[in-house]
Amino acid sequence: MQNNELDLANNPEAKEYTTLNLGPTHPATHGIFQNILTMDGEIIVNAEQTVGYIHRAFEKIAEHRPYYQVTPLTDRLNYCSSPINNMGWHMTVEKLLGVQTPKRVDYLRVIIMELARIADHLVCNSVVGVDIGALTGFTYVFQLRERIYDIFESVCGARLTTNIGRIGGLERDFSNETVKLIKEFLVEFPKVFGEFSNLLERNRIFIDRTVGAGPISAERALNYGFTGPNLRATGVDYDVRVMNPYCSYQDFDFTIPIGKQGDTFDRFMVRQQEMLESLKIIKQAFENLPEGKHFAEVPEFFLPPKEEVYNNMEALIWHFKIVMGEADVPKGEVYHSVEGGNGELGFYLVSDGSRSAYRLHFRRPCFIYYQAYPEMIKGSTISDAIVAMSSMNVIAGELDA
Amino acid sequence: MADINNGYLLQQLQGRFEADIISADEPYGMLTIEFNKNKIVELLSYLYDHNQLQMQFLTDVCGIHYPDNAGKELGVIYHLHSLQNNLRLRIKCFMPNDAPEIDTVSSVFASANWQERETFDFYGIHFTGHPDLRRILNVDEMDYFPLRKEYPLEDQTRTDKDDTYFGR
Amino acid sequence: MNEELGCKKQFLIPNFKFLIYKMSNIQITPPPAGLEGQGFFATKVEEAIGLARANSIWPLPFATSCCGIEFMATMASDYDLARFGSERISFSPRQADLLMVMGTIAKKMGPVLRQVYLQMAEPRWVIAVGACASSGGIFDTYSVLQGVDKVIPVDVYVPGCPPRPEQIIDGVMKIQELVKTESLRRRTSPEYKALMASYGIE
Repeated sequence: MQNNELDLANNPEAKEYTTLNLGPTHPATHGIFQNILTMDGEIIVNAEQTVGYIHRAFEKIAEHRPYYQVTPLTDRLNYCSSPINNMGWHMTVEKLLGVQTPKRVDYLRVIIMELARIADHLVCNSVVGVDIGALTGFTYVFQLRERIYDIFESVCGARLTTNIGRIGGLERDFSNETVKLIKEFLVEFPKVFGEFSNLLERNRIFIDRTVGAGPISAERALNYGFTGPNLRATGVDYDVRVMNPYCSYQDFDFTIPIGKQGDTFDRFMVRQQEMLESLKIIKQAFENLPEGKHFAEVPEFFLPPKEEVYNNMEALIWHFKIVMGEADVPKGEVYHSVEGGNGELGFYLVSDGSRSAYRLHFRRPCFIYYQAYPEMIKGSTISDAIVAMSSMNVIAGELDA
Repeated sequence: MADINNGYLLQQLQGRFEADIISADEPYGMLTIEFNKNKIVELLSYLYDHNQLQMQFLTDVCGIHYPDNAGKELGVIYHLHSLQNNLRLRIKCFMPNDAPEIDTVSSVFASANWQERETFDFYGIHFTGHPDLRRILNVDEMDYFPLRKEYPLEDQTRTDKDDTYFGR
Repeated sequence: MNEELGCKKQFLIPNFKFLIYKMSNIQITPPPAGLEGQGFFATKVEEAIGLARANSIWPLPFATSCCGIEFMATMASDYDLARFGSERISFSPRQADLLMVMGTIAKKMGPVLRQVYLQMAEPRWVIAVGACASSGGIFDTYSVLQGVDKVIPVDVYVPGCPPRPEQIIDGVMKIQELVKTESLRRRTSPEYKALMASYGIE
């Protein structure tokens, strides 16, 4: 008997497994992480994961930077929806300082965050289509994303990694240009979204490919710490915006879409519905926008406008103190979480009173739920595994931080 | 039926683990207890199986390093969440630099698996009983634990950046 | 900005007057230097090959982080990189001409990047898109490679964090210039061999 032949006479159940390397550079892994699959023919028996290919040591960097310089770091966590990360960080610091932002700030933040959520879900859903071979939806949807980029650009100047807002509010109020762009977006979005849904939602091929691909039960999902659309697809309606409302989310009327089996189709549909819910929230916030200032009165942290810095002694001193980091920060520890594009994005901040955080830990939803991937794809084929991975919306920046 | 809030939670914990709670506090509305590291699995199982509290969601596991606290330099911090009662809890367990060991909680919560690996990778805290404790985010050949306070942020072997210009 | 937006909106509803106006205004690239006659055109092989190569570059998008999303926007309909001949993006290095490194390269990823570069066949070009690929970007840390040119030779650097799609297209156009004007003997010249040797590549 040669070494590479199976001893089927003595062991009829013997199988020969192949090892297939999926990644780290692979067209279907959107982001760089590696999976070494052990396969029995075309069925996956086991998956061994390697992450950390884009580990940029955010938590260590945050210990060496003042609070306002951590915002560009948070941008690069889930870079498809960076405004949500930015706002989450600002709210964490505001919680530490005990700052209460005016209602107008809350509503403006909500508009920006929901636009970011729509942008994130658009990427995820169109990429699920691309991985199945349906590239048309991608081209329609990215044109719509450009409209969202235009809105972000008119508020903060950047398209993708926005660094939007300041500790205490927003750096500038919405201009007339922004208001016009948002109004156009509210009209355009349902049309393009309708076209995208028509392509995929009731498409026979899409449903055959995605139903039953990569399922997970609600109990296992909760044990694995799933949050966000992936958890809601299993049937658990946990949404941080409803459970621990922040930023005046309790003022808005929206539902939480949930799925049944936790498979790819459910995740896709949950994200589709969430985009419509986000649109509802944006409409409500936009129509009921209260008057007021676009920042809270916290001169120790909110940079004064440049005209005042050049003309007013007090503003000059505040500017100097903020940039040089001589403002007093209370000692303490705070945990604040927001509903990011992928789930509960938490910020655990330990402050020792100095200019930089003593310890900042990001509770990254992608990192936590990606552990469950081998369990989700065990027993399925490669095609199901690919679709399951892209529907989980694993963003490498959030995975590795 | 008592209102399930921080007070009730603390009362239940003190009822069962009186000797192991080293301190308790409520910063920013979240009950925070410092706990004996040897009983951590028992505590989490108790909270998981408790009929009223039902803290069945592990939000976060992270490490921390206080080089100035002699005997309690390294710490592991757990954040628990009860979805049914909307109640959160923070548990801190400290250990000395020369014996950084604590039991793994991955038998109770599957989500602790990678989070403990990350804590090991960053701080060198050893989780006894962990199925696969090895580095996760850094390169496997790294021989130090980078997030400890004594190590610098920048790569000291880089030649293209002059530290004097960066104020370091 | 207003006019720009006005123009963009028109792409959704085709404006036929715009198309008819444009058709009579087509610019044709000037031919390379050569001898033109009745039914023939004689030029150097280098120029002809350069022209052909420059307009059919097949990129390998090595997208690691945020710059990758801007690349997706560049490939999408608004900024369309396919106009420049990069219609077929290849994820296999053996079938690609241009390695577009987009995003932060960590030290863990360095050997993977090098492996991908080595698998590409000559002639190959490399464009480092974004601040992280060019020099490490904002991540001056122990785990990030301070620039992709520490492991592979780079032809064009595109700064930005992330660079706008127009900048990425500008970078690709600069690569097109390099491709068009490259000498056929460059890849076997001693200077190129010395460059490869300095990176430890045979």
